[in-house]
Amino acid sequence: MTYPTDRKYTKEHEWITADGTIGITHYAQESLGDIVFVDMPKVGTEITAGKTFGTVESVKAVSDLYAPASGTVTEVNGALATAPEQVNKDAHGSWMVKIKLKDPNELNPLLSASDYEKFAGEEAGH
Amino acid sequence: MVEFNGWDMPVEYPASIGCGIVSEHMAVRTGVGIFDVSHMGDIRLSGPGALDAVQHISMNDAARLAVGQAQYSALLYPEGTFVDDVIVHRLGQDDYLLVINAGTREKDFSWVRDNTRQFNCRVEHLSDDFTQIAIQGPKGVNLLQKLTDANLSAVKFYWVTRGTVCGLRDILIGRTGYSAEDGFEIYIPADEATSARVWNEILEAGKEFGVVPCGLGARNTLRLEGSLSLYGHEISDTINVWEAGLDRFCKMEKPDFIGRPALEKARAAGLKKTLVGVEMVDRGIARDGYKVLDDSGSEIGYVTSGSPAPFLKKNIALAYVPTEHAAIGSTVKIEIRGQGVKAQVIPIPFYKRPKKS
Repeated sequence: MTYPTDRKYTKEHEWITADGTIGITHYAQESLGDIVFVDMPKVGTEITAGKTFGTVESVKAVSDLYAPASGTVTEVNGALATAPEQVNKDAHGSWMVKIKLKDPNELNPLLSASDYEKFAGEEAGH
Repeated sequence: MVEFNGWDMPVEYPASIGCGIVSEHMAVRTGVGIFDVSHMGDIRLSGPGALDAVQHISMNDAARLAVGQAQYSALLYPEGTFVDDVIVHRLGQDDYLLVINAGTREKDFSWVRDNTRQFNCRVEHLSDDFTQIAIQGPKGVNLLQKLTDANLSAVKFYWVTRGTVCGLRDILIGRTGYSAEDGFEIYIPADEATSARVWNEILEAGKEFGVVPCGLGARNTLRLEGSLSLYGHEISDTINVWEAGLDRFCKMEKPDFIGRPALEKARAAGLKKTLVGVEMVDRGIARDGYKVLDDSGSEIGYVTSGSPAPFLKKNIALAYVPTEHAAIGSTVKIEIRGQGVKAQVIPIPFYKRPKKS
């Protein structure tokens, strides 16, 4: 898997673009298995970098979503409510929420695509 | 892979070979799947006193078993609670094989040995002697028949036979399983190379039936749909037979067995809590350990197992609730991340395999 270079990644396996679009990574969907439920915050919710803002559930497990950056939710991908399996099919194309970034500088310390790919590879090896 | 009672076990096999919990689950419901269940334990009781010993420690009536027959049962503490659930196989006139859970192997063996000393029988712990492979699903019989000279159609559900399997002679084949489907469990010598060869031969022979290897995840969702108990969840040392709803496997009319007096007392006192099946009405998935709440939000019970049900396509759970909340159609709430989510008590088993016409 090559990870798109137009975004940054967290060690909790989320991705975020410069304009505040957030999703989970291919590695995350692969580890979770069949995704059956995505629980997302409402528009207008304030989310905080490093804190949970939603959950994603697969048949086998429930997993928290951690905010890669702080901001206010401006849009939620409603399609995932009825077709959560889209995340398995295309994790990098299936965004979950869009936020208005509080401070774009918060993205600076996040992982690049190549660094994340390496990190995910090490995690998988465990 | 995850650590499971000291074994490295796959939760699911890779999506790259067509697996994943849902695919594995569906394969077993509609075709055939295979499970490496070598982690299961085995205790053999043999000798002139073997039947009396089994009768003393097992709540079901082993005297009803013909040679070649198996039955579901449980080992109970004097309190009427569970040491473990077991499958008792009668392999010979005075020869019984108890198949036990992985996590309770050592405890079970010590318990069986300590509680059968007064009988003239030999107790052997054979857990490490077998590689156990389960072949489950409606096409399991067709798959295994390709690899054995035993006439499988002559073996009824919960009976065993012996035959040559993949060139290995005198292999024990049981028509048993833990998936709520028809299926077989074979016991082959625990030699790594032999085990790997047999596993691969089954996969190869099963290609025409769409066989897939299945992990712990599918094993759990399959048994949950079938409402089959899991030790540490639906049954434990704090739950008694009546609460667990396993009455039909407990033969109170047979001569004394460990736990019987306590169960008599418990029956006279009446049931306070009981295992029920629930289906989520509102969006949300109940998971093991989640609280069950009444309509006013007070805690009344707990979920023992919960998951999306891949074949039934609904979110289901088994839970202990006070008997006054146990009627079919009762509504309860499951606390999911701080919210009370509506659920309804529905009949169990959630899934029953269709009867052959």
